[in-house]
Amino acid sequence: MYPAAFDYHRPGSVQEAISLLQENPEAKILAGGHSLLPAMKLRLAEPGAIVDLGSISDLKQLSLNGGATIGAMCTYDALLNSNELETMFPVLHEALAWVGDVQVRNLGTIGGSAAHADPAADIPAALVALEAEFVVVGPNGERTIPASEFFIDIFTTALEPEEVLTQIKLSAPDGNVVSAYEKFPHPASGYPVCGVAVVVTRDGSGNVSSARITATGSVYVVTRLTGAEDALTGTGGDASAVEAASERATEGVSEFAGDHYASSEYREHLTKVFVKRALNRALGN
Amino acid sequence: MNHSVSMTVNGSKRDGNVEPRTLLVHHIRENLGLTGTHVGCDTSQCGACTIMMNGKAVKSCTVLAVQAEGADIMTIEGLAKDGELHPIQEGFWEEHGLQCGFCTPGMILSSLDLLQRNPNPTEAEIRHGIEGNLCRCTGYQHIVKSIQYAANKMAGAAGDD
Ligand SMILES: Cc1cc2nc3c(=O)[nH]c(=O)nc-3n(C[C@H](O)[C@H](O)[C@H](O)COP(=O)(O)OP(=O)(O)OC[C@H]3O[C@@H](n4cnc5c(N)ncnc54)[C@H](O)[C@@H]3O)c2cc1C
Ligand code: FES
Ligand code: FES
Repeated sequence: MYPAAFDYHRPGSVQEAISLLQENPEAKILAGGHSLLPAMKLRLAEPGAIVDLGSISDLKQLSLNGGATIGAMCTYDALLNSNELETMFPVLHEALAWVGDVQVRNLGTIGGSAAHADPAADIPAALVALEAEFVVVGPNGERTIPASEFFIDIFTTALEPEEVLTQIKLSAPDGNVVSAYEKFPHPASGYPVCGVAVVVTRDGSGNVSSARITATGSVYVVTRLTGAEDALTGTGGDASAVEAASERATEGVSEFAGDHYASSEYREHLTKVFVKRALNRALGN
Repeated sequence: MNHSVSMTVNGSKRDGNVEPRTLLVHHIRENLGLTGTHVGCDTSQCGACTIMMNGKAVKSCTVLAVQAEGADIMTIEGLAKDGELHPIQEGFWEEHGLQCGFCTPGMILSSLDLLQRNPNPTEAEIRHGIEGNLCRCTGYQHIVKSIQYAANKMAGAAGDD
């Protein structure tokens, strides 16, 4: 299968990429290509031009000083190879390790996963639970978008067509933070039917001072499960508190995804089960 | 508009001139004449098209030839050295790791990526490492044994140094 014909550009800098996007309104950015190229081969996408970010070395930098500044073009594999990143943000490491297979992880990028906003992507669950910030550069300069405003809907983010996602920033964990990512993979595609990321902070006496719990796969866009977050906050985080939080996990979620493989009722149920599993593992219950 | 591309393939510099939409697997098979790399699903699922790009296993049906500009590529044809099979190839021979052989080039190169990272994998780690490769014949059992054979052989060779 061949994609439809397109013009190919390989800019050496972000500025050059932005100019190319301005000159070619039909253009699409190419990162790891592991969502875009399959879509182009099926002619679900027929961009008139491709702007390949593969030669912009700045976008492949990972810097760790307290927190993490992750270049959008860092591959999953490159990030999995950083022990420091794993120690600081184990929930991100777990989500990265769950993506696809080794060949996909060797080329797919963290920025591509975020910008694509596939409702069944693993990485956004971890990024939203970690309250990541998204640095984007466009014709009007740079802006930083908080995770709560970045993912808008199915395949839709706050990125404008002429903007490039350049970096994802994570703040260092503050205090006693535990986390986990649990996933129910689709047996054929490997994408999450339901994935849940949890990041929980405990205070000096061991009580939960804050909880950030997200769902992917079971919903159309990565979603904070605020019912479960509220229920867990202030408790001792024991198994009964987790049980109570999981019961409230789907509160306020307007719609669960459903298809011929798994109905929305089933995905709603899975969300509760995976909130419980992820919290119990993170909290050591 | 065609683009010129230049890459190192199995140790030799190979230049070409391709349409941007040419997939790397087609460039390798049709322009460079290396047909050991197969096209199975053509939808990024089966791993039959797996090659090594800059030392890592990738699915060449999901890479544009122009993206491989300047890359170091190894296909299955580049694995045996001086007419001597690589230990992974020997493993597939000795342990009956193939039947029809269609998945084999990709399977072997994913195994190479695995053994580079983890020279002594458990059975579970082997099965995880070849998750991106589908085989419709063997049931995988003999593939796992072939990779175990290779790991043992390579550990022995490393010990001899
Ligand atoms: C066989 C297979 C299995 C997979 N399994 C999983 C899985 O289990 N879990 C999972 O989460 N994902 C899975 N994926 C998807 C994979 O993670 C993709 O790599 C990812 O969704 C997209 O990243 P990419 O770098 O490949 O982006 P591309 O495909 O290159 O781009 C995706 C989209 O994002 C845009 N874009 C990319 N980078 C930027 C940027 N820096 N700024 C602005 N826009 C940008 C592009 O224009 C395009 O629209 C799988 C893919 C395959 C082929
Ligand atoms: S042909 Fe490339 S993954 Fe199947
Ligand atoms: S040997 Fe036939 S597909 Fe694997």
